[in-house]
This record gives sequence, C-alpha cells and structure tokens, in this order.
Amino acid sequence: MKDKMLNLLEKFEPNKEKSPFLYTLYDGFHTFLFVPNHVTKGGVHIRDNMDLKRTMVHVVLMLQLCYLFGTYNIGHQHFLALGEYTGFLEGFHLKLFYGFWQLLPIFVVAHVVGLAIEFFYAAKKGHGIEEGFLVSGALIPLIMPPDIPLWILAVSVAFAVIIGKEAFGGTGMNIWNIALLSRVFIFFAYPTVISGDEVWIAGLESTFSGAAVEYGWVHLTLFNGIFDWLGLALFDPHLTVVDGYTGATPLALAFQGGWEAVTDVYTQSQMIWGTIPGSIGETSKPLILVGAIFLGIVGIASWRIMLGMLIGTVFTGVLLNMWGATDFMNVPWYHHIYIGSFLFAMAFMATDPVTAATTNRGKWIYGFLIGFFGIIIRVLNPAYAEGWMLAILFMNTFSPLIDHFVLRKNIQKRLASA
Amino acid sequence: MRDILFRNWSKGVILFFSLAMFPTNIFAQSSSGSLDLLSSIIIATVIIVFGAIIFVTDSLLQMEGRRQLEGKDAKVDSSLFPKYIGDASELPSYIPKDRYFKLRRGFDINLEGKPENKIVETPFVSKYSVLPTDFRGIAPIPKITPEEGDGLLAGDELFFDKRNPEIKFVSPVSGKFAGIVRGPKRAIHEVTVIADEEIKYKELPELNLDSAERSDIVNFLKKYGGWVHLRQRPFDIIPDPEDVPRDIFISTFDTAPLAPDLNFAVQGEEAAFQTGIDLLNKLTDGRVHLGMDGRGKEIPSRVFLEAKNVEKYWFTGKHPAGNVGVQIHHINPIKKGDMIWYLHPHDVIVLGKMITERRYNTERLMAMCGAEIETRAYMRSRPGAQVGELLSNITFKNENVRLISGDVLTGNKKEKEGFVGFFDDQVTVILEGDYYEPFGWLLPQEVRPSLSPTFPGFIFPDMEYRADTNSHGERRAFVVTGQYEKVLPMDIYPQHLMKAILTNDFERMEGLGIYELSEEDIAICEFVCTSKMPLQQILREGLEIVNE
Repeated sequence: MKDKMLNLLEKFEPNKEKSPFLYTLYDGFHTFLFVPNHVTKGGVHIRDNMDLKRTMVHVVLMLQLCYLFGTYNIGHQHFLALGEYTGFLEGFHLKLFYGFWQLLPIFVVAHVVGLAIEFFYAAKKGHGIEEGFLVSGALIPLIMPPDIPLWILAVSVAFAVIIGKEAFGGTGMNIWNIALLSRVFIFFAYPTVISGDEVWIAGLESTFSGAAVEYGWVHLTLFNGIFDWLGLALFDPHLTVVDGYTGATPLALAFQGGWEAVTDVYTQSQMIWGTIPGSIGETSKPLILVGAIFLGIVGIASWRIMLGMLIGTVFTGVLLNMWGATDFMNVPWYHHIYIGSFLFAMAFMATDPVTAATTNRGKWIYGFLIGFFGIIIRVLNPAYAEGWMLAILFMNTFSPLIDHFVLRKNIQKRLASA
Repeated sequence: MRDILFRNWSKGVILFFSLAMFPTNIFAQSSSGSLDLLSSIIIATVIIVFGAIIFVTDSLLQMEGRRQLEGKDAKVDSSLFPKYIGDASELPSYIPKDRYFKLRRGFDINLEGKPENKIVETPFVSKYSVLPTDFRGIAPIPKITPEEGDGLLAGDELFFDKRNPEIKFVSPVSGKFAGIVRGPKRAIHEVTVIADEEIKYKELPELNLDSAERSDIVNFLKKYGGWVHLRQRPFDIIPDPEDVPRDIFISTFDTAPLAPDLNFAVQGEEAAFQTGIDLLNKLTDGRVHLGMDGRGKEIPSRVFLEAKNVEKYWFTGKHPAGNVGVQIHHINPIKKGDMIWYLHPHDVIVLGKMITERRYNTERLMAMCGAEIETRAYMRSRPGAQVGELLSNITFKNENVRLISGDVLTGNKKEKEGFVGFFDDQVTVILEGDYYEPFGWLLPQEVRPSLSPTFPGFIFPDMEYRADTNSHGERRAFVVTGQYEKVLPMDIYPQHLMKAILTNDFERMEGLGIYELSEEDIAICEFVCTSKMPLQQILREGLEIVNE
C-alpha cells in the first residue's frame, strides 16, 4: 500500500529545473504525506522523533476547540440579536450552519492567500515549504471579527506574510507575530471597519433595533431546502433586530460604565463560557485554557511566558484598582482575566517561540511586560478597548533587547570570573 | 546556587498566586470588589515581608558560613534551604556530600541493546589502523616513517605530524606495515598494519616516576606514543608539549546511550590506573580530578574508588552528566586563556602500563552493543581494529544496519572495512532508517525516543527504544526555544551561541562560553533539536574560528 502510493506519487514528480513552483508544491505535498527517508549524516546518528511539523500541528489541533465553539457562537450571536432561539442549544442546526457558512470563506481566504504567497517564495528561494503558516493560517480567522469583509482579510494576510515574514527571510526569521500583524494592519488601515459594535455580529444590516437580517441564496434555498426536507426549523428572512439589543463587547461596556455596565448586559458565566460577541475564536475561556494547559505541559508553548503574563496582568490590574480614577480602572483585577481576549493572547499569541524572548529568564520578563502593557492599553486607551495585540507586537519588537540583557549578564559573569 | 534561588523564587510566585486567588473564589459573587482587593493586598504584603525576612536571614547565614569556612578546603551549604533537600539522607555512604553535584537537566536516551557484563571471545583481527583523522590539530598529511612491508612491534613509530615531529604516533599491534589509504586532497585517512597472531611489544625504557623530571616524562610520552592519548580543552586537540595544563580531568563513567560500563571494563587495572594518575600529577601544576558516578546504582569500581592523589567529585544526573566537559563546568569552568587536559580512563591505563609493564599496550574491553546484534557483550581488543573482523562472530538481526565506532551521539559511521576510532571503546549497531513513513509527523508508527511529551513515551521511563537513523523530519530554521537548555546541565545558552557562530560574532562566542564546550557536550542538544540542526558541526566551525 505504502509502496504503491509512493510509486504513484513518483509518476507525478515535476522537473525541478523546469518548473520549480510545481516541484515545490509536489515536495510540500509529498513531505505532508510521508516523512522523508533522510538519514543522519555526520553528527548524531539518531534524532528525536519531534519535528517542526508535529510541533505546529499540535497548536493547530488545540485551536480546533476554539474553531468548534467559534463556529457555533457566530450563529448563536446572530440569533440573539434577532431575538430568536435565545437558549444556547435552541436552533442548533441553524446556528451551526449559519456559523459554518460565515466562517468557511474567512478560513479559505486566509489560507489561500497565505499559502499561495508561502509557496511562491519557497519556490523562488528553492527550499521546501516550511510549516510556519500552518499555525498563522489557523490563528488568523480566530482573531477576526465574524463580519470581516473578505477583501480586507485578503489584503491584511498578504501584508502580514510578505512584509512580516518573507521580507525577513521566512519561517523562524520574523520579528513580529504574523497573525497579529494581519490584525493590526486592519486596525490601522481600515479602522472604521473593525471598530464599533456591528462588526462582532454577523449577518445584520446594523445593530439598531428593526434592522433587517441579511440572508443569501445559500441560507434561503440550499440550507432551508435541506432543513425543510428534514422537517427542521428554517432561516427566516423577515426577522429584525430586537429592541434594546446592544452588540457591544464587555470591554466596550466596561469603558463606558465600569463593571456595573458590563454586568447589566452579560452575566459572569456568559463571559467565561464565551456566549458573547467577540472575535471568532477568543470567547470561550475553558476551551482556550484546555489548549493553554496542554501546550504548556507538552512544552510547545512556554509556561514561563504564560505565567509571566498572568503575573503582569494581575499586577497592573491591582495597581489600577488602587488608582481607581475611572470606572474602567475600578473593574476588579480578577475580572480582567476573562472579560477580553487575555487568555487567547496568552495561550496562542504571546507564546509564539519565534517572536518571543528566547532565553528562559527573558521569557519571564517578556511575559510580565506584555501583561503590564496589555492592561495599560486596555484600560487607559480611549480609542480601542483591547490591548493584547498592541502589547504583544510592542514586546515582540523589544524581545531581542530583553535577550540581549539576559545574555550580557551571562557574558559578564563569565568574563568576571576569568 | 543562583539556579536554586531562582527555583525557590518561582515556587514562591506560584504560592503567592494560589493564595491570592483564594479570596477571589470566596468573594467572586460579591459585586463590591473592594474587600477582596484589600484582603489580597494584605496577604500579598504579608507574604512579601515574610519572604524578604527569610531571604535576608538566609543570605546572612550563608555569608557567615562562608566567612567561617574561609581558607578551608571544604564546601558546606549553610543556607536555610540546603541544596540537596531530601537527597542528603539518600546518598550512599561512599559519596561525600560536599563533593556532590546533582544535575537536574539532561536526557537519557534509553536504547535497546545495552552490553551485558560478560566477556566473549574476540575473533582474530588481522588488520589494525591508526586514523590520523581521529586526532584534531594535526596536519592532514603526516609523515609516514616505516616503508611498506616493514616489520613492526607494538609501540613502533608509524607516523608523526610535520608541525610537531617529536610527537610520535605508534603502532597498536605488531606485524607488517601495510601502507596508507588517502582521502580527498591526498589527506591520509588510514595507516594500516597487518597484525601478527601473537602481539609482540617493543620494550620501553624504565622510567622512575618519583625521581623523573617533568621534561623526562614529557619526552618519554612523546617518543613512545603516549602523548597523543592526552586531549586539551578548549578545542579538543592534542596538547602542545610546551604547555602546562591548569588541571587534568578524567570522567570515570559514561552516560551516553548504550555506553559501556566502565566499572566493568577497567576491572583489575588498579595498579596501571594509579600509575597513570601519578604520571599525570607530574604533568600539571594543578590537580587531577576524577568525575565519579554518583547516581548510586552501583558502587564505582575499586580502580576509581581507591585511586589516590586525585580530587574526586561525584555527579548524578542524566546524560551528559558523565561528559568530562559538563563536569569541568561544575568543578572549575574553563575561562578564556585556561587550558586543561582530559583523558578517558582507558587512556590513563595505557599511560600507566607504559611504566608498569614497560610496553605500549592499548588492549581494553570494548563493548559491542546495539539493538541489531544478537550478542551484546565485551570483547578484549584494541582501538584501530577492523570493524568487520571484530564483529565476524556476531549475528546481525538485520541486514540494513549502520556500524558506528563510538556511541550513537558522537560516534563515527564505519563500513565493515573501517576501523575502530582511536578514542573509542564501543561499537554500536543500529538500524538504518532510509524509509518513508506515511503521516509520521502526526501518527508515528513506532515508539521512538523523544524529549517531547507529545509522545506517550514519557509515561514509561523504563521503556527501551529501538532507534534508527532516520532524521524524522527536515531541517528548518531555529524556531523552538528553550529545548537545548532543558538537556544541557551547564550555565550556557546553546542556541544563542550557535547563532553567534553562524553570524561569526567572535566576541559573543567567547562570552557565551564556547571554550567550555566540545561536540560531545552539545550532541544531546543536537539529538533533541526540533529543527534538525547540525549543532556539532556548527560548534566545530566556531571552535576553528576562535582557535585561529
């Protein structure tokens, strides 16, 4: 069976000289299907079973939990705005299919654009396809608002991969986190698209009461056709947004009126379990925690960074509580851990090994400062009520400096004893 | 010590958080938030103040302890948190606590095919060869002394390095000189002797260690082939006879995968080993240090345990705790400008026998190991024996195998026509891994050794693996961080050192401790490397750069 597959693949092998792009594709596909038969030459004779593909795929596997919940939550939020099926499990099939149909194009566009650029550069530079985009591509849809226009997504992914990664030399060489770079590109280039409340709920004209719902052919004909045949509830194109609905995220509310304003709209358990509007993958805290703990235990994500970031967040939260000048500052520090995307940023963004500090001691400092700046930006910045993206990119920039000081200490210690 | 402090500190942080979170749970439902804020601040303050008091007390205690012990040759931990909490009571009585290092970092690769402690009959090996490539720091084309067909005794001169004509390389066996084999650029790769059935030795002049001058000993070693058994750190080269080393280090145990049990291999060599030690003591102004096996599984051989005129230090930990480089780092690290020598215990015995037996006798017990052979045992042979002939009595379980002279991390690949390396005391046979594995990166079809807990192997620490030479992935740029530090028990940042070498940053290489490292120390990092980087090769390039 294995030999047959290998022989079959060999028949399709393109000429490396004549068509380098096709060969790169072929090589990428081949190494995806089969770990190559390379043996060790010089140096050690046996190698660890772990490779970069496996490292990356574990992060992607952990993100699948967020994908599952994110898909359903897109539909759930959509119907909450419409005032229908307000129970979490009511209208299960409608929410699932609605979310799926909303998420699929985002996922496809992010991957097609990113991988195409990756393949192109791999062919151009003549090396194999590296796994870097495997994780970036899985992260990008999760940190986007569900209603993101696809062309903006495509432009931002292209920007992040070309300017953020390939310009620096590819996987392992980038300075900034690729996924966050695509998000920050939208934040600065299309601020009107990503701010406001509407972007967090998919498929509505606006979030004002009475606004109409937007269904396409797929919902009304294809899905409704199937559901009708199965005898299930259908998508209703006549629904409108209910009175008194606000699509505001907890952070936006907290900025306006402190913790009281948040709890007026959302309960604590809603915010923890994640049945609130937000970016696609960051709302469900328990599922993110599962990923964080798993990656921390198997050593793929650095527990030092995660713990450092938690310490920094709590420290700054306590500090601001003591200051207490605005309503937001008075939000007790422990609520900061779950009201925004802190956990997602901690588990999957700050721990990117390429852009984080690389020394063990540096990781503590790096994590702590992300926590510190993240809360500062979240609470004190009037323009945009979430801080992790900017804090992490900021610390990405400074992580070589942190490492430099840690290494200098080691060097000085060695010189001092000489 | 700093590591210890750091660990205690991180424990403190965890404790602080678990305590700080405690009021949160109780008051989470109360909306005011001021009460729990207050209480958590109070708790934090109490912990910080209490911690500060303990820290200051501890520091004062240590300072006082150090002051009282000043000038005395003893290390006593007077801290409130002694280094070896819990370990001290478990230590076997033969290990002194003040000479004991517990290395926490490292990784044991538990391979199938360990040599059993038995000696099997050695087949007759007709060809022996000294390989100039085994020695670092000599010119690639040494001057060959005998003519082809000349008769030789064991200990007769074979060749010398043109830069240091006084240092002789001698024949390990008696027989007929069979010529040389050249490699690329006319470099000489093999200098071969056809061996006699019965080895005849050249008789060496008598040397009285008590009365001999240092220069007499140096000349004796240079002339009769003993000198090349010494190796110098940094750079792993044959030492310059003009130099006097700061110290000499010998590691008496080997933690590498499938390593031979040196306690078994040196049995009965007490006299030769002690003479070798006495000889080395004459060569250095410093001390001769023995790195002893403190893992407590077995009592070290009497050869090591009863050795005199040495400083013994005990080490416990996973590989590379048995590497001499790691032990030097903990006993007295190599700084810029320092020069130390090191030897394998077998080489000490060879030097000792040059005086006690008055002949150059490199015979030793060599381990035949690896999962792919039936008989895993010791054979009495010599370095330079032809691998194929040495293994001629042994049945292979598999045809597609790799023969390695040395261990799987640092050894050299050999064909059957190849020869055992000069410093090696084991031959390892493992499976060649030239196969494709469908979705091997997701669902490997075999259990293999790995540092990563994404494989279930870490649940079964006693499991033995049948490793093969497949590289299990392709080479990538450095991505994963912190994994080298996990397995290298030294205060060194290997990844940053490697990057400094790749960017040719001379000062950084020195600062990050390149002088303390050799290929064998970094080999375990190369094994665990997710990006499949050739670290040993990179390190060697760096060492060549700083050596110039």
